[in-house]
Amino acid sequence: MNTGNKVITIEVLRYRPEQDTAPVAQEYIVPFTDDMSVLQGLQYIKDELDGTLSFRWSCRMAICGSCGMMIDSVPKLACQTFLRDFYPNTVRVEALAHFPIERDLVIVMDDFMEKLDSIKPYIIPEKPRALSEGEYLQTPAERDLYEQFSSCINCLLCYAACPQYGLNSNFIGPGAMALLHRYNLDNRDSGKEQRMPLVHAEEGVFNCTAVGYCSEVCPKKVDPANAVNINKTESASDYFLRFVTPKGACK
Amino acid sequence: MKRSNAPIFWALFGAGGMLSALIGAVLVFITGIAAPSGTFLPREMLSYSNVLAFSQHWAGKGFLFIIIALFLWHSVHRIFHTLHDIGIHAGTGAKLICYGSALTGTLAAAYALLRIG
Ligand code: SF4
Ligand code: FES
Repeated sequence: MNTGNKVITIEVLRYRPEQDTAPVAQEYIVPFTDDMSVLQGLQYIKDELDGTLSFRWSCRMAICGSCGMMIDSVPKLACQTFLRDFYPNTVRVEALAHFPIERDLVIVMDDFMEKLDSIKPYIIPEKPRALSEGEYLQTPAERDLYEQFSSCINCLLCYAACPQYGLNSNFIGPGAMALLHRYNLDNRDSGKEQRMPLVHAEEGVFNCTAVGYCSEVCPKKVDPANAVNINKTESASDYFLRFVTPKGACK
Repeated sequence: MKRSNAPIFWALFGAGGMLSALIGAVLVFITGIAAPSGTFLPREMLSYSNVLAFSQHWAGKGFLFIIIALFLWHSVHRIFHTLHDIGIHAGTGAKLICYGSALTGTLAAAYALLRIG
């Protein structure tokens, strides 16, 4: 690797449960070039300076969603953030906010996995369909309805950004709501009725106080805040109208 | 999973917010600055007899009631959530104080407007 002659200090919040009682900061001096991402900086540390450092990554191109972390206190994808933007200052890297730390920059994401499962993130057809019936047809206009919400990569930056999730992790949260909305909007899907109780629940959309930071940090322009807000309106109208509209009338 | 009863408070909050955004500032200007100082509007506009007549008309009553009630519901909801945001985890007590005062204000406004005749 051509290391050039610039070096940057990367301060990493470390937590090794077998030796640390609480997370501690550790600094590394890393040679870097202008095209190096924060993720590459961490990889340099792991390969050359300290093999005990743990972090998640896979695609290096903002697609897998596994390298989310707090970079100078802002939730970002490490592979999409460049060291040059922090130079000559120190760049501080910590595990994503609002989640328990498993080890160093690796968070425990069980809570989100349960939430993701609970919104039934798959197409629930109205009736079973035989292979011989062929594929579902969908017009570009029908696809456009949900496409934005289908871009979510489960990176959890929005959860780290959401002050309400930070205060009360029972809240279903922005990312799961965006995906719930994605399936509800899909014309091949008939699972909306099964998903809406989650929207209406005490754990649902009304925990949101319209801060909007989730949409700001989302690396895929999903706009989860919009999904939450559309569902607030929908949930409120269902709350008041549920006794006048016969069940199943909306579809 | 329990269904949230938030839509009631959220709807009142939303209605009050919309109303205050539309006319809140101008109301403060008219009743707090323009008329009392006599600069942009005649002072007598807010004289006792004028205001009494206004609140004796059914439309005036309706206007006053809606303004007072919805502004109250809007503000207590905002206060309640702000408490939560700054780390005061408002439980049932704070809920009762916040929404209770809006309810009391609403009922008091209704009572007063009806008594004026
Ligand atoms: S909505 Fe955006 S920020 Fe949230 S998990 Fe999906 S891609 Fe990440
Ligand atoms: S490594 Fe896949 S999103 Fe960063």
